[in-house]
Amino acid sequence: MSTTFWIIIAGAIATYLTRVGGHLVISRFDNVHPRVEAGLNAVPAAVLTTLVAPAVLGAGPAEWAALIVTAIVSLRGGLMAMFLAGAAVLILARQFVG
Amino acid sequence: MSAEAICEGRARSDFWDGVRLSMPVVVASAPFAVLFGALAVDNGFSVLEAFLMSALIFGGASQMVGIELFGQHVAPWLIVLSIFAVNFRHVLYSAGLGRRIAHWPVVQQALGFFIMTDPQYAVSEAKAVSGETVGFAWYLGLGLPVYVFWVIESALGAVFGKLIPDTHALGIDFLLPIYFLGLVMGFRKRPLWLPIVAASAVASIVAYKTVGSPWHVSIGAVAGVLLAVILPPHHSGVGERP
Repeated sequence: MSTTFWIIIAGAIATYLTRVGGHLVISRFDNVHPRVEAGLNAVPAAVLTTLVAPAVLGAGPAEWAALIVTAIVSLRGGLMAMFLAGAAVLILARQFVG
Repeated sequence: MSAEAICEGRARSDFWDGVRLSMPVVVASAPFAVLFGALAVDNGFSVLEAFLMSALIFGGASQMVGIELFGQHVAPWLIVLSIFAVNFRHVLYSAGLGRRIAHWPVVQQALGFFIMTDPQYAVSEAKAVSGETVGFAWYLGLGLPVYVFWVIESALGAVFGKLIPDTHALGIDFLLPIYFLGLVMGFRKRPLWLPIVAASAVASIVAYKTVGSPWHVSIGAVAGVLLAVILPPHHSGVGERP
C-alpha cells in the first residue's frame, strides 16, 4: 500500500474521531452544566465565523459587495435566496473590478 | 391505511424535506468537489486516491489542506495532524448534535456522525431549536445527497480537472465564505450572538495572521465559545429556555 493510501486512512480515522468524540465525551454526563450548554449553543456562530472572517480580510470590493448583499438578503430570505443573491453579486462585480 | 404504512409515508416525506434543504449545499459544494479532484491529481494523487479521500474523509476544507501539504512533500504524520486540526470543530458539532439524535439507534447515530458536516449540523440545530424533532429519515435526506454528489464530483474533477475554465470570473473561490456567512446570519436571534461572532472574528483573524491556517479555525471557535461560557448564565439565556 502506498503512503498516500495510509495518509487517507489515518486522516479518515482522525476525522471520524472528531465527529463522534464530542458526543461520546458529553454523553457521559447526566446533567449538562448551564455554562457548558451556553458554550454548546455558541458553537455554530463561533465556528462558522472563523470560516468567513479571514476571507473577508483578504478580499476586495467585489467580495465585500457580495457579502453585504448576502447579509441583507439573509435578514428576510431563506438560505438559497441569500446564497444565490450573494453569488450573483460576486460574479457581476468581478466583471468590473476583477 | 395501517399505522405502519402511515409511518413509512411520513418517513419518506421527511426524507424528501431533508433532500430539499440539502440542495443549496449540493450546489455550493459542487465546485469545491470538482476543484478538489483536479487539485488532488495535480498534487500527485491518483483518481482512485482522490475518490477514496472524498469518500472516507468527506470534509472539503481538510481535504484541500491535506492535498496542499502532500504536494509540498510535508511529513505524512503532519498531514494527518493538519486534517485533524481542520476537522477539530466537529468535536463541538458532535457534542451539540448528540443531544438532538440521542433517541436514534446506535448504528443510525454512528452513520449520522459520519456524514455530519457544517451545514448538516447547522440545519439540524436550527430545526431542533424551533422545537421540532430531528428524525433519522429527515437527517439522511439532508446529508446523503451532499455525500453522494461530493464523492462523484470529486472523481469527475480528478478525471476532467484540467478542463475547468477561469474559476475566478465564476466566483468559485469565494462561494464558501458567502454560504458560511448565510449560516452565521441564521443564528442571529440566539442570545449573545453578536459578542460571540465578534470574539470569534477577531480571534480567528489574529490567529490567521500569527499562528496561521488551519489553526485559526479552532482558536477562533474556542474564543467565541469561551466567551459564552464565561459570561453569567442569565446573559446566555440558558436558564430561561423551556
